[in-house]
Amino acid sequence: MTDIPTPAAASARADSVHVAPAPAQRALALHRDLTRVWRNDRGLWGQITAVNHTTLGLRFMGTALVFFAIGGILSMLIRAQLATHQGAFLDTALYNQIFTMHGSIMMFLFAIPMLEGLGIWLLPKLLGTRDMAFPRLTALGYWCYLFGGLIMLTALLFGVAPHDGWFMYTPLSDATHSPGINADVWLLGVTFVEISAVAAAVEITVTILRQRAPGMKLTEMPLFAWYMLGTSAMMLVGFPPLIAGSVLLELERAFGWPFFDPTRGGDPLLWQHLFWLFGHPEVYIIFLPAAGVMSMIIPVMCRTTILGYGAIVAAILALVFLSFGLWVHHMFTVGIPHMALAFFSAASVLVAVPTAVQVFAWIGTMWKGHPQLHLPMYHICGFFLTFVMGGLTGVMLAIVPFNWQAHDTAFVTAHLHYVLIGGFVFPMMAAATYWLPLITGKARIRGVGEAAFWVILLGFHGTFFIMHLTGLMGMPRRIDVYPDNPEWVWLNLTSSIFSFVLTIGFAMFVLDLILQATLGQRTRRDPWDAPTLDWAMPVPSPSYNFASLPISRHLGQSARDAVLSLARGEGALAGAARGRRELLVTSVGVARPHHVAILPGNTALPLYLSASIGVFVLMMLAGQYRLAALALVPVGALIWVWARGMAPAGDLRAVEVAPNLNLPVHHCAQHSLARTGLAAVLVADGTLFVSLLFGVAFLSVVTPATPPPAAGADTVTSLVGLGVIGIALVLAALVGRLNTRSAAALGLGANLLALAALLWLAFSQMDDPTAHARDALRAAVAGYVGLHMLVAAAMAAFVLDQFRRGEITPQTQGALGAWQMWQHFTTAVALLAALVLIAQVGVS
Amino acid sequence: MTRPALALCALCLLAACDGPLSTLQPSGPIATEIAWLWWAMLAGAALITVFVLGLLAMGFGAPRKTQARVWTHGLGLWFSMAILGSVLGAGLWVGERILPRDDGAVTVQAHAFQWGWEFTHEDANGAAMRSTDLLHIPAGQPVDVLITSEDVIHSFWVPQLAGKMDAIPGRTNRARLKADTPGIYDGICAEFCGVGHAHMRFTVQAHADWPPDLSDEGTEQQEGAP
Ligand code: HEM
Ligand SMILES: [Cu+2]
Repeated sequence: MTDIPTPAAASARADSVHVAPAPAQRALALHRDLTRVWRNDRGLWGQITAVNHTTLGLRFMGTALVFFAIGGILSMLIRAQLATHQGAFLDTALYNQIFTMHGSIMMFLFAIPMLEGLGIWLLPKLLGTRDMAFPRLTALGYWCYLFGGLIMLTALLFGVAPHDGWFMYTPLSDATHSPGINADVWLLGVTFVEISAVAAAVEITVTILRQRAPGMKLTEMPLFAWYMLGTSAMMLVGFPPLIAGSVLLELERAFGWPFFDPTRGGDPLLWQHLFWLFGHPEVYIIFLPAAGVMSMIIPVMCRTTILGYGAIVAAILALVFLSFGLWVHHMFTVGIPHMALAFFSAASVLVAVPTAVQVFAWIGTMWKGHPQLHLPMYHICGFFLTFVMGGLTGVMLAIVPFNWQAHDTAFVTAHLHYVLIGGFVFPMMAAATYWLPLITGKARIRGVGEAAFWVILLGFHGTFFIMHLTGLMGMPRRIDVYPDNPEWVWLNLTSSIFSFVLTIGFAMFVLDLILQATLGQRTRRDPWDAPTLDWAMPVPSPSYNFASLPISRHLGQSARDAVLSLARGEGALAGAARGRRELLVTSVGVARPHHVAILPGNTALPLYLSASIGVFVLMMLAGQYRLAALALVPVGALIWVWARGMAPAGDLRAVEVAPNLNLPVHHCAQHSLARTGLAAVLVADGTLFVSLLFGVAFLSVVTPATPPPAAGADTVTSLVGLGVIGIALVLAALVGRLNTRSAAALGLGANLLALAALLWLAFSQMDDPTAHARDALRAAVAGYVGLHMLVAAAMAAFVLDQFRRGEITPQTQGALGAWQMWQHFTTAVALLAALVLIAQVGVS
Repeated sequence: MTRPALALCALCLLAACDGPLSTLQPSGPIATEIAWLWWAMLAGAALITVFVLGLLAMGFGAPRKTQARVWTHGLGLWFSMAILGSVLGAGLWVGERILPRDDGAVTVQAHAFQWGWEFTHEDANGAAMRSTDLLHIPAGQPVDVLITSEDVIHSFWVPQLAGKMDAIPGRTNRARLKADTPGIYDGICAEFCGVGHAHMRFTVQAHADWPPDLSDEGTEQQEGAP
């Protein structure tokens, strides 16, 4: 990581921010000012227009809890069905919908949104800032999550929910074997929800890198931030393969492009690779935030500091890296060459090492300190008890011969619940009991929480422990009856009975939360005596978090010492003197103050945008593809309006952040948050492109050849077309640097020319994409590049418009930088795609 | 507890693991090796669990002098690497011994469809003998099953004889089975394949002499040599 040099802040050393002591009564004035600026609008409308991270983080987590309850009810139906060997309660078609929806809800609508919500709610508080980097994006993510989730639930109510298992293997999920909209609901619904995952990943990355309190070095930030940084990096790289796979499968289902159809040159294994390229990292995406919670809470509960900070950070980085190298362990039975089996087996085993490092560091922390058995500590013990076993069965499953027996049996079901409930749900319960005072301002009611813990622990192990044996005795997963195997009955019956105990436990846990929120006594500030900034604020936390932003001297202090000083305005950027939402942006490495970002206020735009995306999704589901294309018009228009909201306006003078420290506002700064955000988006976007190229390579090299129909393209004409596109795009990338109005116009023209040439090539030279997977993938790559040209053209037009409005001046850059970045990316992927295409033609 | 009572308990436990689809009641060398691998890993895992939870329990108490490196490097890195290395080694060793190899083993075909299996073996004259949901193999010698699929992905699994192998449309996979003694073994589709998945079962009959004489069994139909 490098630091960004800035002329304006060159003198502003992290430790040079000094603020004189202030009188206590100033706190109230600051609070009034800030609340007026930062609070949500009143009433229901205020909830709709809210963009505040506290509101949205809590809403994410609350919604995820509701989905957890729904997924839990579905699991009760599964367990009721399996309690006896005749089942005879659900019919098979419905049962298939139920377990598919249980898995999909738990993974996509509970676990991921829950961790996003936790990150969104907690990170700004922990890092000493007032909100996430892109508040409107937070809201957009929430609405996409909600609408996508509702689409899937509605499908369940109408009996047309997905029914091909949560990993949707083709050809079972293709149009021939799954007619009807069930599979489309999964593909479109989950992809819709994943908008929120990518959005969250982008802003979590940016917030952690650029919004830490001045002086909070990257290498000294609270471990939870490291964990979330790892998570969001994995999300940026992990979700695109899933999105790519889902888009391709939906294209196959809707238009007959045979990416995965073996009779037309496709390959069902390509889906498995794309899915598990996402699916395995997904498990760590879920685990890392939970581990982050452990690393925060254990030291506080043990009245000490974490043991082995550096080793833990190294372990996180190793996990992020390694977890992308072992997706094949979900595919040990598909007939992989032996060398590859050995390699992926070793890699899968290796990933246990960084996990072990963390587990031992946590236990070592307990030895070092003096653990106190508060409620969060119970759940932490529940974590250890459960997760250690889940980790060990994971290692067993990584051993190929054993995997061949245990794969796709109840043993795997047991393992995955040990890891997910042990490694995620227990830490989340610890988190809930630990941070609830900051949410409600209340102390908890003794007794209920402990009882809930014991019931959950008993119910969980009662349900899942013997399920290992059930699996080893041969029971496959995803079956609804087993009339020929009476020897499994007592095992299943036991699991089913305990699963109801487990449910009662979860209900008690929720009851405890509700009791605390309603009947609890007011708690004091910082009830745990914690050293981190999340507690250096009043309880419940105010909408603006900090009346003044923490500076270096607050970082070394305990939260209790910092809290009053911050409230009195003895930090940076005190109050809201200019009547707008402001926060401090710092440099990546050592958090040197860099500029002041002005955040947007409450707005319903995110709701409108996600609703219009929702219309598109519904049109696709209904098979109205023309209307769907039409539905993209409002989407584009709203994005334009969104971008207009970022244009320089209002008071652009430098802001006094602290005495003797004036910093520019972000419109006049070089490296704004938006720029870092765009870089993160391009990482995800680039991974999407690489996923497509992976498909091209996989089908060309690994898939057993099915000869494609003779190519109809004329080599010379195609090369000329490609040449025109290449030259136009290189030109567009070059003129962007000129910073003039005519350059923007030229860029617009060049992109449009390239787009026209691409369309012409597509219609005159490209082979029918429904004939063969090779041609389908070419069309998909062309579509990807074309879409990027279209966006590049729109951005050039936007810049042109900004020139016309006089928003681009020597001081303010407007959208110029964003367009340039996008244009370079577009030109690069287009050239790369052309090279790959030519190479592919050359090889065959 | 008295000795007989103990023995009875152990017997009950073992009996509880029995069943026609149980991997813990193997009937051939391949499944047996994997079952041993499992019991060894279980023992190791149990010890590790007790060890880690013991450390956890000891953590509750007065603060102690700790050295970070002992925990993160000693236990986290070296201890776990040693364990993992030996498990991996055992896995590779077993894997090496059970892999199909070019040793002229008898070859039979399994073709999966929604929802059933069509099996083919060669009779004494080299003619293809087909059967549905019943696979004939020789006992006491290795057999390679060539696995294909008609429609969606299925998985061929005879737990008492060997691990599973997927049936994937467009590909042919090879799995090796070996039954110690003649007899009937149960098989089941292990990859979810739609509404008939739970019923996609089959039987394997291991014969003492090969090719088997099936003349008095009505289910077979003979076809010309391929
Ligand atoms: C509330 C307690 C829970 C119970 C009683 C439960 C029960 C089950 C059962 C019995 C199955 C197996 C269905 C089958 O293959 O025959 C299953 C599958 C699954 N569960 Fe859970 N579960 C619970 C919570 C969770 C949680 C918290 C998660 C994730 C965070 C989760 C994720 C999954 C997944 C991914 C599957 C696989 C679905 C598939 O095969 O497509 N479950 N669950
Ligand atoms: Cu099947």
